Amino acid sequence: MMAIVIAGVIWATGWWINTKLANGPRSDTRAISLLIPVIFGVTIIAMWQVLVTMLGVSPIILPAPSAIAQRFVASIPMLWADFEQTILKGAMTGYVIGMIAAFAVALLADRSPFLTKGILPVGAFMAALPIVGTAPIFVKWLGSDWQSKAAVVGVMVFFPILVNTVAGLKDTSAMQRDLMRTYGAGYWPTLLKLRLPAALPFIFNGLKIATTLALIGAIVAEFFGSPTVGMGFRISTSVGQLALDMVWAEIVVAALAGSAFYGAMALFEKRVTFWHPSQR
Amino acid sequence: MTFKGIFPALTVVGFILAVWTLAVIPMNAHLTADQAQRDDMIITPEAPRERQEISGLGLALKNPAIIPLTYVQQRPRLPSPHQVAYEMYDTIFTKAPTSRKSLVYHAWVTLSATLLGFVIGTTLGVLLAVGIVYNRTMDKSVMPWAITSQTIPILALAPMVIVMLGAIGIQGLLPKSIISAYLSFFPVVVGMVKGLRSPDGMQLDLLRTYSASANQGFWKLRLPASMPYLFTSLKIGISAALVGAIVGELPTGARAGFGARMLVGDQYGQPMVTWAALFAAAITAAMLVAILSLMERRTLARMGMGAAA
Repeated sequence: MMAIVIAGVIWATGWWINTKLANGPRSDTRAISLLIPVIFGVTIIAMWQVLVTMLGVSPIILPAPSAIAQRFVASIPMLWADFEQTILKGAMTGYVIGMIAAFAVALLADRSPFLTKGILPVGAFMAALPIVGTAPIFVKWLGSDWQSKAAVVGVMVFFPILVNTVAGLKDTSAMQRDLMRTYGAGYWPTLLKLRLPAALPFIFNGLKIATTLALIGAIVAEFFGSPTVGMGFRISTSVGQLALDMVWAEIVVAALAGSAFYGAMALFEKRVTFWHPSQR
Repeated sequence: MTFKGIFPALTVVGFILAVWTLAVIPMNAHLTADQAQRDDMIITPEAPRERQEISGLGLALKNPAIIPLTYVQQRPRLPSPHQVAYEMYDTIFTKAPTSRKSLVYHAWVTLSATLLGFVIGTTLGVLLAVGIVYNRTMDKSVMPWAITSQTIPILALAPMVIVMLGAIGIQGLLPKSIISAYLSFFPVVVGMVKGLRSPDGMQLDLLRTYSASANQGFWKLRLPASMPYLFTSLKIGISAALVGAIVGELPTGARAGFGARMLVGDQYGQPMVTWAALFAAAITAAMLVAILSLMERRTLARMGMGAAA
């Protein structure tokens, strides 16, 4: 009973502060808009901690945040090895392969309006499919090491990047293309100086969607077979051992890696498409 | 898609099928050569070890006789399209839908979890979006987390959710549905917030001049205006929900559902089972999205927003 009262008090305090801040005079400043979600997150974690420890919730159902933090700090070398195997080798290699393949096919398709018309619906359709399901097949073909994960990731990121690139390359007006023609520009100068820059916001949209897909593909593919290292391997074996604090520690790593990957892409986009209205 | 747009799409699909069909030969060549040799066929080179050193394509070209055999292997590395098609026909149409051998049965197991989760996730998502639009504190506290959560591989949580719920005695349909709900929840929140905020100042002012209440403003302006956004999110949400249900079946050794079929085919060396489950899952996803697209077109046409679709 006591635990619930304390949790309620924590919630009320956090919410009260946030209400004051959100409706205060300076609520739109950068610092305050960053502070409010942080306070919200801290409130939730504090409530979680209080409820789990005071109610004596079994750690095989929900470990306390402090236990997860301890486990995280204690197993940093192991988490780093898993990160290296899954993210750096599996996800990143696959992401780069899928991206290059998607760009190549998009440029090829771009030469023919017929192909463009065909690839857009088929690619959009494929992007909605549960491609993670190909994981057992790739594991069988390429072995259980990171190569098979890279292949799954490559196929998963291929379609969203392809569709966005093809759509982006179509996104110039007849007037703009006519202007290039009056300059006597051929296919390649037009592509490099007009159509590719114009397509960049679309391409980055696809690249950003693909960051999350890459991590999902690399982690889930490890459920189908992996060497004894990797985030997906660690999650599935730790779940089997009911070591949920380890699972949560891996999820923290996945969350950090996912946000960092996405953030890096968004930052890169900002630098490259500074001229676009959405960035100004 | 218009009728005219079908031909280019079919060409692309035909091209993919052709590549697949051709790839069967080199992928299965080694396997077929080994088998053919056991059946007293003469294969060059004769020693299996030497064969390992040449590529599948080279092997097939040296022994043209095995090429037709690569298409009829019992346990191929890459099944040919007709083998997958036959397996699907066999397990969908010739088995009773209630039997464990029927893909329809497995489809229903996965689909029921998906749909339940999708309904839960969408309902909660819409409610949270309404809260975010009308409550500034909620907007400022929750919205950044909803956006961040889309960059996180939430699916990695799936095995834990299953075990966590199993530990407190919840099994069967519900754990998978919770994963599906969770995956479809965030796209709906983000899309609906955008949609509910889409009416511009002029439209909101007009309602104010009619002295409309906040309630009327919601039902007559904000909610209708959010429909195109809602449907876009629903289409993302339902395919995410299906993936969630399939992945939810993997870690527990579930005995039914698409995920279980993929795992069974993988572990017992029945590639056709895996491939058929994969294609059936793909067709299910496509049908779910198609149904939502149809509903979208109908709804928006009724509301006079047909051009938006």
